[in-house]
Amino acid sequence: MTMRKLGLAAALLASTALGLAAPAHAEGTVKVGVLQSLSGTMAISEVPLEDAELLAIDQLNAKGGVLGKKIVPVVEDGASDPAIFAQKATKLLQQDKVVTVFGGWTSASRKAMLPVFQRLHGLLWYPVQFEGNECSPNIMYSGAQPNQQALPALEWAEKQGYKKIFLVGSDYVYPRTANLILKKHIKHDGLTLSGEEYVPLGGTDFSSIIAEIQRTKPDIIINTLNGDSNVSFFKQMAAAGMTPDKMPVMSFSIAEPEAKAMGPSLLAGSYTSWNYFQSLPGKMNADFVAAYKAKYGKDSVVDDPMVHGYEDVMIWAKAAEKAGSFDPKKVRNAAIALGFVDSPLGEVKFDPNQSMVQKAYIGELQPDGQFKIIWSSPKPIKPQPYDPLTFPGKTCGAHSNF
Amino acid sequence: MHETAFLIGQIFNGFSVASLFIMAALGLALSFGLMRVINMAHGEMLMLGGYLAYLTLLVVPGPLGILVAMPVAFIGAALLGAVLELTVIHRLSARPLDTLLATWGVSLILQQAARNLFGAIGVQVVAPSWLNHTISFSTGILSGLTLPDTRLFILAVAALILGGVALLINKTRLGLYVRAVNQDRPIAAALGVNARLIDLCVFALGTGVAGLAGVILALLGPVTPTVGQSYIVPAFLVVILGGLGSLVGTTIASIMVGLFTALIEIYVDVSVAQVLLLAFVILFIQIRPQGVIAVRSRALEG
Amino acid sequence: MKPASLITILTLALGAAAPWLISSYELSLLGRFLAFSLVALGIMLTWGEGGILSLGQGVFFGLGGYALAMNLKLAGLNLANGDMPDFMQWSGVSALPGFWYPFANPWFSLVCVVLVPGIFAAAFSWLVFRRRIGGVYFALITQALALAFATLLVSEQAFTGGFNGLTDFSTFAGHDITSQGAARVIYLITFLLVVASYFFLRWLLGTRFGTMLRATRDGENRVRFLGHNPLPYKVVAFTLAGMLSGMGGALFTLHAGVISPALVGVVPSIEMVVWVAVGGRNVLWGAIAGTLLVNFAKDEISSALPSLWLYALGGLFILAVSFLPGGIAGLFTTPRMPRFFQRRRQEAAE
Repeated sequence: MTMRKLGLAAALLASTALGLAAPAHAEGTVKVGVLQSLSGTMAISEVPLEDAELLAIDQLNAKGGVLGKKIVPVVEDGASDPAIFAQKATKLLQQDKVVTVFGGWTSASRKAMLPVFQRLHGLLWYPVQFEGNECSPNIMYSGAQPNQQALPALEWAEKQGYKKIFLVGSDYVYPRTANLILKKHIKHDGLTLSGEEYVPLGGTDFSSIIAEIQRTKPDIIINTLNGDSNVSFFKQMAAAGMTPDKMPVMSFSIAEPEAKAMGPSLLAGSYTSWNYFQSLPGKMNADFVAAYKAKYGKDSVVDDPMVHGYEDVMIWAKAAEKAGSFDPKKVRNAAIALGFVDSPLGEVKFDPNQSMVQKAYIGELQPDGQFKIIWSSPKPIKPQPYDPLTFPGKTCGAHSNF
Repeated sequence: MHETAFLIGQIFNGFSVASLFIMAALGLALSFGLMRVINMAHGEMLMLGGYLAYLTLLVVPGPLGILVAMPVAFIGAALLGAVLELTVIHRLSARPLDTLLATWGVSLILQQAARNLFGAIGVQVVAPSWLNHTISFSTGILSGLTLPDTRLFILAVAALILGGVALLINKTRLGLYVRAVNQDRPIAAALGVNARLIDLCVFALGTGVAGLAGVILALLGPVTPTVGQSYIVPAFLVVILGGLGSLVGTTIASIMVGLFTALIEIYVDVSVAQVLLLAFVILFIQIRPQGVIAVRSRALEG
Repeated sequence: MKPASLITILTLALGAAAPWLISSYELSLLGRFLAFSLVALGIMLTWGEGGILSLGQGVFFGLGGYALAMNLKLAGLNLANGDMPDFMQWSGVSALPGFWYPFANPWFSLVCVVLVPGIFAAAFSWLVFRRRIGGVYFALITQALALAFATLLVSEQAFTGGFNGLTDFSTFAGHDITSQGAARVIYLITFLLVVASYFFLRWLLGTRFGTMLRATRDGENRVRFLGHNPLPYKVVAFTLAGMLSGMGGALFTLHAGVISPALVGVVPSIEMVVWVAVGGRNVLWGAIAGTLLVNFAKDEISSALPSLWLYALGGLFILAVSFLPGGIAGLFTTPRMPRFFQRRRQEAAE
């Protein structure tokens, strides 16, 4: 992995150096920013996402680029630090003069970049599921809104006859807000909330929480833990005799790479809700998975945020072609006007509120580390940045300003 | 579930957490008592233990792999500890604060090395099936109480390590030297104790125990490049509470921290429990700045 | 004119003219790092001169940053109308918490930037130093403090913005702070504060206070035997460092447009010590130079070769403290004492 990164960096350095040395070539190129955490705690998730975004750029360049111009990615490291995300976003827009930026993972990074994009009139493509409650004219939100991931999961659990629900999560913004919304719906639908517990990010001790689960005996656990805490949680649950087949767990932050690293044997039988699984049928997806494996190794796996990052680049290219321009505002309007496009996720489009219309799926983890799709929403779900039950009266309309 | 059973369950959890802290903090406390230095890379010894467990399980799969992994991790971490002592710690031992900073640099490098070698996302260590049981009570006031075998196993390992180290310090010739250097380094050296060698042995022993603890932690948590960081700050608090390099002090302090956290978590969430733990430590040192057990030493400045 | 004063004047002139010399992005970086260097000056005072190593300066940095950010977040809201910062709405808060109200006043906020970290640092250090706890113990307790502070900020999302921190600011006391011109003004304020702090500390370290502080570092018990109480010197030094960090945090918040728990925890706090270790812990300009150098290097290296950066940072730390305890500045300053005394001083230093 390091060697690849070194190679990438060297190639980038070389390409910048070439670009400087031969400005004549700049005529036929267009610069875009790729801003992910390449170091720090989030690098684990964001490096593969960056890989997927670069794959899309490669594929576009292989077909002649966009509007006849070759795409040059300017890769920056957000270092898992919101202040650095803001700093690098400024650099990309001001110094490198990129036409658009793909990036961000945590809500903290997005929140920190938002004012920068508004002030400098840039356009950010944000590929990760999040807690909603935000709509900026300068951001395209392709990851799931709560009504495209969390609420379908609750709806599914209800249909399975699960009535007592226990919420466990990492102590930060997404779990707290997602659970706030879930609690409203649990109450509204006449279900029982068995408990709600949080551990600090990176927390490893679940003994007290497991005691609480044993005491309240819920039907299902909805798990919004982040990263390594999941390993501790599932290991200690198993040690306490509660494996996923005995105590159903629905997770929102476990996708194919996490399942692969944590060991499918530990998680097999647990559920998760996403807008994309590697096991989705369809030629577009098969081609995407094959291309990714060809570039990054046959053992690599892809997941929901990665495919969103990939598709963001593709839709940006289509929108630029349609608009006949790289102007961020025109591209944004064209992206919304595009309508449904075929993608590895199936048919998707951007809604006037700049979030993605897409299907939700529930997967059950198999011993081989892949998810079996056991439920899917009948049709693509319209994104709702503000949950009407929890935040009555707040909506996100189409933006005209920029 | 009966309230009493719940409370007893939490007390058990407190001891279970305490046993992890004892293993994580023991090495720190021993070398701190002897050399007055804190090794910030101690958490990475836990991490090394976890990765050695992973590698051992690749070579020796099956139910007994974990028992093989424990001595392997002990030796591996003790060797790395010895190298660290010889190269960095000894050179700086007259400047404890600089040692602390230099070992933090070491810890960064070790974390990044693990990331490059094994990947950032961590590796998989599965608890053997003979630990996949629980002892459940279904009658009486203990009804509903569940004691996982894994946690009982960890308690037993911690007790064995503690007993072993106590024997080593109190009953062997090496232990006699350790106690002598602890009390008065110049006089012990003058009487022919090779204080340098004692430092090295104790440091390696401490990191070895941490490596072994890393195997145990892998049964309950992830094996990632940063796993050591999640245990190291509570381990530091244990050292502060325990007093200078005292075995008994470290044990009592671990149990205090474990029970305090487990019991307070009945009322507040884990994040707030962390803050209250620090407040507790600061209040405690108001009453007993020398820690639970004050070890007598002839040194004026400790 | 001596070469040293020539260099000083040249640096001052360049620093003041920077807004017209470099691009706006470079200026924002420089301003940010100068804000950091206020923290570094505080660490130089406590660690270099006082022998007190704090691994929790991020806490005071955060207190200052949040004190100002709370005002920036309230700017433009109609509190009488029941308006609240956006994050409170999605955290399920129904009314603005009481302790937020006074921060609507920008001048109260500015006073708090210095006062809150100052009072907290004074109380904390008095509690700990009073029981003669210092050295390694103090370093570990401050590290636990940094961890607890960051955890608390994240978990009390409804009051603090949680993991996201506070961001999206537009005005301070009615003035736009996002424009190009405002960036220059904020830079110049930062620059002036760094210069003023530098000269203040230079004066302070030359007084009896400085002598006593150094004496406490080199032999606290000897100071006691001579009939002095070292406690006030240590508490004052730590408090001043806390106030400098708070100022740095507030200025950083203005430059970066965000303050978040990611900037105040264990790792950022210890990185602050790296700046001083590299620059030179006993020399004021060394602390500033180290901060600028390490941060500009980080900005350059970490994007191109992120994994190399962590090796470099770790290696830098080991090398600086093992072989170059005086840091970069130590290479330029001639020892004022004979070698013999220097060795003694190092051995006695905690």
